[in-house]
Amino acid sequence: MAVVTMREALNQALREEMLRDENVFLMGEEVAAYQGAYKVTKGLLEELGGKRVIDTPITELAFAGLGVGAAMVGLRPIVEFMTFNFSILATDQIINSAAKMLYMSGGQFKIPIVFRGPGGSAFQVSSQHSQALESWFAYFPGLKVVMPSTPADAKGLLKSAIRDDDPVIFIEQERMYGNKGEVPDDADFIVPLGVADIKREGTDATIVARSLMVPVALKAAEVLEKEGVSCEVIDPRTIRPLDIGTIVDSVKKTNRVVVAEESHPFCGVAAEISSEIMERAFDYLDAPVKRVSGADVPMPYAKNLEDLAIPNVDQIVAAVRQVAYLD
Amino acid sequence: MRKRTPEPARVGAEDTSATGVMDQEMAETAAGSPSQQTRDVKSAQKNRLADVDRETLISIYRQMLLVRRFEEKSAEAYSSGKIGGFCHLYIGQEAVAIGAISAIRKDDYVLTSYREHAHAIAKGMSPESVMAELYGKSTGCSRGKGGSMHMFDKDVNFLGGHAIVGGQIPLATGVAFASKYKGTDQVTLCFFGEAAVNQGAFHESLNMAQLWKLPCIYICENNQYGMGTSLERAMSSQDISQKARAYDIAAEFVDGMDVLAVREATQRAIERARKDYLPTLLEVRTYRFMGHSMSDPGNYRTRAEIERHQERDPIKLFSASLKEEGVLTDSEFQSIEAEVKEQVEQAVRFAEESPLPAPEELFTDVYANPIEPGKH
Ligand SMILES: Cc1ncc(C[n+]2csc(CCOP(=O)(O)OP(=O)(O)O)c2C)c(N)n1
Ligand SMILES: [Mg+2]
Repeated sequence: MAVVTMREALNQALREEMLRDENVFLMGEEVAAYQGAYKVTKGLLEELGGKRVIDTPITELAFAGLGVGAAMVGLRPIVEFMTFNFSILATDQIINSAAKMLYMSGGQFKIPIVFRGPGGSAFQVSSQHSQALESWFAYFPGLKVVMPSTPADAKGLLKSAIRDDDPVIFIEQERMYGNKGEVPDDADFIVPLGVADIKREGTDATIVARSLMVPVALKAAEVLEKEGVSCEVIDPRTIRPLDIGTIVDSVKKTNRVVVAEESHPFCGVAAEISSEIMERAFDYLDAPVKRVSGADVPMPYAKNLEDLAIPNVDQIVAAVRQVAYLD
Repeated sequence: MRKRTPEPARVGAEDTSATGVMDQEMAETAAGSPSQQTRDVKSAQKNRLADVDRETLISIYRQMLLVRRFEEKSAEAYSSGKIGGFCHLYIGQEAVAIGAISAIRKDDYVLTSYREHAHAIAKGMSPESVMAELYGKSTGCSRGKGGSMHMFDKDVNFLGGHAIVGGQIPLATGVAFASKYKGTDQVTLCFFGEAAVNQGAFHESLNMAQLWKLPCIYICENNQYGMGTSLERAMSSQDISQKARAYDIAAEFVDGMDVLAVREATQRAIERARKDYLPTLLEVRTYRFMGHSMSDPGNYRTRAEIERHQERDPIKLFSASLKEEGVLTDSEFQSIEAEVKEQVEQAVRFAEESPLPAPEELFTDVYANPIEPGKH
């Protein structure tokens, strides 16, 4: 196992899968000659050539739709959004075409495509460049939504996403590209979609966290450990389909749960998880499920305000203390 | 063999008159005088008849009549509640889909909008499977899950039936991209209404199609209305074929009431697409005789306007040419009419007798690789 950054792990996944299957191609803004706005696609143009690694004009709606059309007739496109903020222009093709094609064609046209790129909060880029959109995409049957939190997961999940025959929304956290971790060297290493990972085992409370909130939750668990509270941290990794079973099993053991997310609370993924827990494990709960979400405001620019908008260790610690009735 | 259009390809006036395509000016002058225009079309059509073999002419005529009768029957079934949802008829526009699709190969691709019954049948789908889809039956081409607006058939490369105005344009561009990527010489026909030209999807797609040299033929069916809004009320510059210039794409303005004119223009576009992976924009001027959909009373057009266009009914024009040139005799016309009638009745019987989709079908075809969460 080598220690690599999230960025390198994603790059390895892209490279390996493109070498494995020549129907896989990558397109997006600045992915080729510029080596990727975030350098995730570094070196791919040189190694795989301009037929496979394609710079697009700034035309999100049409290149997303072009990808879906190519997928209808057997190619396996990887469409990079420079950031998911710009996927908003392409949502017509993602939702009205990609998500529904198989169904409305009575099973005739599958759409094996990956829409990927950075999402979530970035560093002081304000409202239009710093937002978490997973609940939008996760809303739609026909889409799969994946959010890795470690380099190994990033690599293994991206490889699964590329091999999957359905449209997958793959959201990489912009702040996490430089995070390092061990990644298996094995070219056949994959992480299956739809399987949650227990990032830390514990007995007193469950923290469900995804993407950027996973390292934050793990730090909170360390703090709480010192106070004698043992936390289990679960990372669903795939938002749709959601491995609710693993979460519910944990809740049955700990009887207390906090769901942490950087996205807005209203109609968010944490709301969905809370509801599922209520339906499936109400009798096991010793306290109401507590959510810790990003502030319900557009992302501000000023550093002090931005810090206030994104959940931190203290907020998660406080939430766990609350469900454990420690205050 | 026709000389290849030099790059950057644009069909100029010279080329246009040489091939007998009605240019914009001709169309506009003729517009005030329908009978004059009818005569022009007929004589132009007669000149073209000579270039097409008899079997093809008959098959084109039969198809036009088939989709006309098919849709008249669909309208009946809709009115009696057997067909639900939106139902957009193509009556009046038949020359466009049938002329264009008659020019392509079986392995070429077709994508269009929600007004697609004719395109589906012309591409080789059976009237039975299309009617059954309208009826929402399990034997429908999309197993009852698509309906009038979402016909698909992988076997004949008919790729839908798309109901977001302009949505099929990027998709078709991607299908053409895939042909080039795989190195095949398949072309893609992409049909859309003139109102779709105002969508970003149109402009974004044409830009990429010429930038990347993709074998996509964009066929704008300019029936002059988007629902109740006339072209004049919706488009600042109404010369649609001219818009191709912005993207350096070859374009032609075509009389959409002349099935052979559409066929020939498509053939020229196909030549560019197959050999050189070049896109083309065809603006095909046509008119729909019915409302936008079955629920549209059509108060935004006068009776006189509709009648004026009905004088140039593409089926009437074509049958007149076939008759005058002696391609078909009266009794042959009659037997085709009878055969088509039987075909449509058979389609209706098939749809009526077919079973509804099983309730379990509600949950199938959501994912190609369904995942049971938590299972490794
Ligand atoms: C994006 C979008 N906006 C609005 C509609 C509703 N709508 C359906 S058809 C139509 C008119 C389209 O006209 P045109 O493109 O000229 O095609 P035609 O119906 O004349 O064949 C409208 C507004 C839609 N389906 N999609
Ligand atoms: Mg129209």
